[in-house]
Amino acid sequence: MKKLFKKVISAAVAASMAFALSACGGSSGAASAPSQAPDGGTDSGAATAEAEGSPAPAASGATIKIGGSGPLTGPAAVYGNAVKAAAELAVEEVNAKGGLQFELRFEDDAHDAEKAVTAYGVLKDWGMQASLATVTSAPGAAVSQMYQDDSIFAISPSGSSLAVIYADPDNSANPYGNVFQMCFTDPNQGIASADYLAAHTDIGSKIAIIYKNDDNYSTGIYTKFKSEADAKGLEVVYEGTFDDSNAQDFSVQLGKAQSAGADIVYLPIYYDPASLILTQANQMGYKPVFFGVDGMDGILTLEGFDTSLAEGVYLLTPFSADASDDLTKNFVENYKARMNGEIPNQFAADAYDCIYSLHQAAEAAGVTADMSSADICEALKGQFTSMTFNGLTGQNVTWSESGEVSKSPKAVIIKDGAYVGVED
Amino acid sequence: MGFLSYLVSGLSLGSVYAIIALGYTMVYGIAKMLNFAHGDVIMIGAYVAFFALSNFGLPIIPATLLSIVVCTLLGVIIERLAYKPLRDASSLSVLITAIGVSYFLQNGAQIIWSSSTKVFPAIFQSGSVSLGGASISYLTLITIGVCLIVMAALTLFINKTRTGAAMRACSEDKGAAILMGINVNHIISVTFAIGSGLAAIASVLLCAAYPSVYPTLGAMPGIKAFTAAVFGGIGSIPGAFLGGLLLGVIEIFAKAYVSTQLSDAIVFAVLIVVLLIKPTGLLGKKIDEKV
Repeated sequence: MKKLFKKVISAAVAASMAFALSACGGSSGAASAPSQAPDGGTDSGAATAEAEGSPAPAASGATIKIGGSGPLTGPAAVYGNAVKAAAELAVEEVNAKGGLQFELRFEDDAHDAEKAVTAYGVLKDWGMQASLATVTSAPGAAVSQMYQDDSIFAISPSGSSLAVIYADPDNSANPYGNVFQMCFTDPNQGIASADYLAAHTDIGSKIAIIYKNDDNYSTGIYTKFKSEADAKGLEVVYEGTFDDSNAQDFSVQLGKAQSAGADIVYLPIYYDPASLILTQANQMGYKPVFFGVDGMDGILTLEGFDTSLAEGVYLLTPFSADASDDLTKNFVENYKARMNGEIPNQFAADAYDCIYSLHQAAEAAGVTADMSSADICEALKGQFTSMTFNGLTGQNVTWSESGEVSKSPKAVIIKDGAYVGVED
Repeated sequence: MGFLSYLVSGLSLGSVYAIIALGYTMVYGIAKMLNFAHGDVIMIGAYVAFFALSNFGLPIIPATLLSIVVCTLLGVIIERLAYKPLRDASSLSVLITAIGVSYFLQNGAQIIWSSSTKVFPAIFQSGSVSLGGASISYLTLITIGVCLIVMAALTLFINKTRTGAAMRACSEDKGAAILMGINVNHIISVTFAIGSGLAAIASVLLCAAYPSVYPTLGAMPGIKAFTAAVFGGIGSIPGAFLGGLLLGVIEIFAKAYVSTQLSDAIVFAVLIVVLLIKPTGLLGKKIDEKV
C-alpha cells in the first residue's frame, strides 16, 4: 500500500513538472513567435544579432529590433495584450511601406517588477535596439534605470507614473532622458479630470473619490486631482480608500458616498476593482455618474462583465474608437480583424502611435540597423524632443526633454457597450 | 447608510468568513494541522461554479452542488496525496506542505484558466427589503441565512451522528479514539470532505457578493477566515462562527467609523488584544497539560 502511494505521488509530481515545463515553453513561444516581418526582413535581423559586438554588415533591409514588455497574463492582461496586438499591427504596416524595417519582440511581465527585469534581460540578450519599455507603471519604474544605463531608447505606450521617466519622481527631477511616454503622466490625468469636471458642472457637483492607497498610479492621480479640485472650488464630499487586502467589499465606501450626497464618484483606479464597485453600487441602488481615468479603459472587455452596468461611465482618454477620421477608422478595422472583433482601447492606440512615432523619428534621423543602440538612442532623443507627431491619440503631439508628452485628453462616455467621444 | 446598514453588511461579510473559518477550525480540531490550501479550494470552487453558470448555463443550485462535489473530491484527494503520507511527520513539515499545495493550486489555475479576471454572473435577483430605515439586499439576507443553516446543520451533525461523535472523540484524544476502534484516517478524510464542501458554498456566496474570479481569489479571504478561526478559538466550531461574524462586523465598522485606511490595522489590533486576554481565543478550550 505504501509503495503504491509512493508511485502515485512520484507519477503526479512528474506529471506536474512536465506540465509546468510545457507551459513555460508554450508562453515563451507565443511571445517570440508572432512579430515576424512579412517580407523576409527577419533573416538579416538574425544575422545582425549574431554579429553583435563586432561591426555588423550594413545590409539594406536589415531590421531594427524593438523590444517591449507588458502583462500578457495576470490582472492587467487586457492592457498588455492590447499593446502587443496593436504594436504588431503597426510594425506590419510600417514594414509593408518598404522603408526602414522593424522587428518586434514582446515579453510577458505579468505587471510584476521582477518579471519585467527578467524580460529586460531577455530582450537585451536578443539585441534590442529600441524599446516600448513597459505597458504598466510599476514594472516601468523598475526597468527605466536599466534603459538609461544601457543607453537604449524607450517609449512607454501607457506607463503613466512619473517614476517611469524620472529617477526622482516626487520632485519631477532627474529625468532618465531616454525613456519617453506616449500617454499622459498620472498627475496630468488628475489635473485634467478636475478641470473637466469644473468645466462641466452639468454632470454633477458633489464628488466622492475612491482610490487605492497602496498603488502609486492611483494615489498619484488622486493627489493632483484633489489639489486641482480644491483650487477650482469643486466640492469633494467623501474620500475613501482600499488596498490589496480589502479590494472586494466596497459597501462602506459607496454607502458613505451616497449618504454624503455625491452625484459623481471619481475612480482613479484600474478596471478590475472598478467592475466590483459598479456591481455593488447597482445592488445598492446607488446611481451616481462614475468618472474614471485611463485605468477604466478595458472594463468592457472583461470576461463575463455585464456591460450595462458601465452604461454612462465617463473616462478621460486621448483616444475614442468611434472617431471618424481615416486614421482611426483604418486602425479600428484592422485591429478588430486581428482580435476577433474586439474594439481597440486607448492602450492599443498608444502602442500603435509608439511604433509610428519611433518609425518617423528613426527615418528622419537616418537610423540604420547596423548602428549601436547607444547611437540610435542619441539620434532618437534628438528627434523626439524636436519633432511633432500626428497619431491616433492626438494631433501636434510633442515631447519635453524629460520625456513627458504634451497632448490633450478627450472625455469618453460608455454608451450601448462602446466608448463614445463626448462633444464639448 | 446608518448603523443598521453597516451592521448588516458586516454580518454578511462575516458570514462568508465564518463558513470559510469552519473549514480551518474543523481540520485543525481533528488533524491538528493548519490547512493553508483551504483558501485555494475556495478558488477552485469559484471557477467550477463560474463555468457551470456561464458556460454550461446551469441554474444556481445545480451549479453550487457541482462545485461542492468537485471541492469535496479535491479536498479528499489533497488530504490523501499530500497530507496523509506526513501523518507522523512534524507539524512544521505538514504546514510547509500545505503552503506548497496552496501554491500548486494557484499556479495550476493560472496555467489552465489564465490569470485574467472573469466576472461571476449575477445569480441572485438584485433588490432589497427595507428594515428599520436600512435597505438590505436579498443577497445579504441569503448569505446570512445560508450561514445560519450551515452552522445549524453542522452542529447537528457533530452532536447527533455516529460520525460526529467519532470526530469529537478524535479531536479530544486521537490515541484513545484509535483504541476505541475509530478509524482515524477515515474520520480525517470525512473532515476534509466536509471542510472542502463548505469551501464550495463559501465560494459561491463570496463570488455572488464580489463577482471577480481569479487564481489568487482565495488567498485574502482565506487569511481573514483563518484569523477569524483563531479569534474565536481554533478547533472550536461555535468559535469559528462567532469569530467570523465579529471579524466581518469589526472590519466594516472600522471602515465606516474610523478610517478606510486603518481598517485592517484595527481588525488585527482587536485580535491581538483578545489573544492577550484569552490566549486560546474567545471560545477556545483551555488546554490542560496531560500528566
